Amino acid sequence: MQPEVIQSLLQIGPTHYLVLGATLFSLGVLGFLVRSNIIVLLMCIELMINGAGITFIAFCRQLGSLEGQVFVLFAMVVAAVEIAVGLSIVVLVFRNRSTLDADKMEVLKW
Amino acid sequence: MVEGRQVFDLLWLVPAIPLFGAIFNCLLGARAGNLIVSIVGCGSIGLAFALSVYIFRAFLGLPPEDRMIEFCVFQWIAAGNFLAPIDLLLDPLSMAMITMVSGVSFLIHVYSVGYMEKDKCFARYFFYLNLFVFFMLTLVLAGNFLVLYIGWEGVGLCSYLLISFWYEKRTAAAAGLKAFVVTRFGDFFFALGIMLVFVQFGTIHFHSVFEDPAKVIDSRMAMWIALLIFAGAVGKSAQIPLHTWLPDAMEAPTPVSALIHAATMVTAGVYLVARCYPIFELSPVSLQIVGITGLLTAFISATVALVHTDIKRILAYSTVSQLGHMFLALGVGAPAAAVFHLLTHAFAKALLFLGSGAVIHALHDEMDIRNMGGLRQYIPATFYTFTIGALAMSGIPGLAGFFSKDAILHATFVNGGFLMWALIVITASMTGFYTFRIIFMAFFGEKRWDVHIHHPGTVMVIPLVLLALLAAVGGYMGVPHVLGGGDRISNFLAPNFGNPEVHATAEPSNKGVALAAEDETAVVESEEAAESEKVLEGVTAETLAEGEGHAPAGSPEMLLMLVSAVMAFSGVGLAYFFYVTPEGREVPAMLSDKFGAVYNILTNAWYFDKVYKAVFIDTYMLMSEFFWKAVDTAVIDHAVRGVAGSLLGGGSIISSLQLGLVRWYATVMVLGAIIIILYI
Repeated sequence: MQPEVIQSLLQIGPTHYLVLGATLFSLGVLGFLVRSNIIVLLMCIELMINGAGITFIAFCRQLGSLEGQVFVLFAMVVAAVEIAVGLSIVVLVFRNRSTLDADKMEVLKW
Repeated sequence: MVEGRQVFDLLWLVPAIPLFGAIFNCLLGARAGNLIVSIVGCGSIGLAFALSVYIFRAFLGLPPEDRMIEFCVFQWIAAGNFLAPIDLLLDPLSMAMITMVSGVSFLIHVYSVGYMEKDKCFARYFFYLNLFVFFMLTLVLAGNFLVLYIGWEGVGLCSYLLISFWYEKRTAAAAGLKAFVVTRFGDFFFALGIMLVFVQFGTIHFHSVFEDPAKVIDSRMAMWIALLIFAGAVGKSAQIPLHTWLPDAMEAPTPVSALIHAATMVTAGVYLVARCYPIFELSPVSLQIVGITGLLTAFISATVALVHTDIKRILAYSTVSQLGHMFLALGVGAPAAAVFHLLTHAFAKALLFLGSGAVIHALHDEMDIRNMGGLRQYIPATFYTFTIGALAMSGIPGLAGFFSKDAILHATFVNGGFLMWALIVITASMTGFYTFRIIFMAFFGEKRWDVHIHHPGTVMVIPLVLLALLAAVGGYMGVPHVLGGGDRISNFLAPNFGNPEVHATAEPSNKGVALAAEDETAVVESEEAAESEKVLEGVTAETLAEGEGHAPAGSPEMLLMLVSAVMAFSGVGLAYFFYVTPEGREVPAMLSDKFGAVYNILTNAWYFDKVYKAVFIDTYMLMSEFFWKAVDTAVIDHAVRGVAGSLLGGGSIISSLQLGLVRWYATVMVLGAIIIILYI
């Protein structure tokens, strides 16, 4: 590998952040698809949101504008609210069905 | 106070106040309680009446040539050269109409408070009634055809709602439907007529259309327009051949029959023809058709009224017959007489209906006059007022109906020829017969009922008395010149119809003769009550002969008046002979036996309903059955089911993808996203 490539890899730039965001997002997607515990699913959603957030910040830094940060702040507020609602639903689901397995909840279908 | 012409700016309030009452009773009536509903219901109409009287007074203060006030409420439709403002027109004709409509409506509202007090839908009733008055006032005040049409359809709607007011009753619901459908049939032609007016004149504004229609259309086009408009009037005013709905409409509560099916809505057709008279005048053919229709209707429905036994149906056929008189008057070129008869008939017939309502109320919903009898002692107030109404109705000299009917008879004689006159005079005598048949069967003789009598309350009696007063003296607004009167109604309506030519021929010198003739009729009256038919005939002949001797050659009008009065008396006398005197008792049964065929025709109302059923309803049913079985089930149903089935099949395939598993959906979504990304 050429030294300047190594140099650029070592020097932390936007690329790193973008890769991190993409990784987080992909992990979230993967986790959502393979796990069946609802709480884990919610956590995976958080991962995805934050992956997207990091991407936003990275671009925002690169382009020198503040709009991305505003979006991220919004996303965080929304995520917090969403998790509050989601967890209360999870509690109710557990009280009613004594399980947190998403695959057991399949009544809502044609 | 408002002064001068500003009074007329209040005109829009006349229909608006009843509308307010209707809205109130509709939205809050059910919660407000009967007392408030009746105060709002009657009060709004009372206010409208007071206002129209107030405007009337100001109106009389104007010189006759200024008596044409237009008032634009707001611009409603403006599309291209088509303008339809909501505008009102106040001229002598509409002035007379709004005063009569609001006045009679007010009395009937008051009466309804007593009549309907036990009904559970009290608020709904007053909502409909107020709404009706609003539409009726809109109709008569309309300044262009479209506004008139709004009122026209509105009263039809309210008539439908009120006929089927007791909608749990199957016959009532059916009667409402019949009334609506039959009148709609006429309305369809009326709408075509309005369109034709717009096409020809380029405007639907009354004033511009009637200014000088001869400039725009020839008599052929006038005939088409007139006939289309007349078809609407035929439906609404229950003329042959569209009269069959009115007798069935008697399913409505009795005050409604009095208001809508006697005094106001059914006269809308007469009003319409009178309003459009300038167009009718251009086409003698259309006037002839109007006259002949009216004459036939008057005659045929009077014959039917002779044999019916349901008190309200008799009155309904009598209404049809009197409307026929009005159309006859219009047809023979005496629109003022028609409007005069419209007004006097409204008072008399509303009175008769309200009286019959009191009778029905008293006997706990008994409507068959064969089951009445002897009611004179039990409900005297109703008896006296009903009698006054009947006298006015039959054209007994001195009361309202006499003067108006005489005006019609005279015009018929002058312009219609002897045959028409003879037929209408016979009808006049039948009028006397059937109205007094009700009186003699219901109020005289032995009692044929066995219930606890239900006395009409004060709220019901007061309107009866006031209407009786109007029915008695209402005719004095149109005493013809020959009797020394001023014929004020014709003069008042002159801006609408031109100067009354028919009555203008009489000389003041006839006054003395008039008085003499009145004495004579008085003699007839006193003899009448005591003597039977035979004597009466003798007297008739005698008076006729005397009358002929008396009347100077210049005064055929006098003679005609005498003949009509005598005919009216003969009808009443015949009723007396048939239903009161012991020797006459057997005659009706004997006659119906002897002339069974005629009797059957009459009791079946000339088979109009049966023929219509065979021709229209049965054909329609056959067609419906064909379309139901051959077209609907065989073709359409299969097509629809095929489409639905294929959709269902396709749907079931796709719906198998929907498992209810969140992660399955997420996987599909991710796959979709991946595919899209790859594609890009």
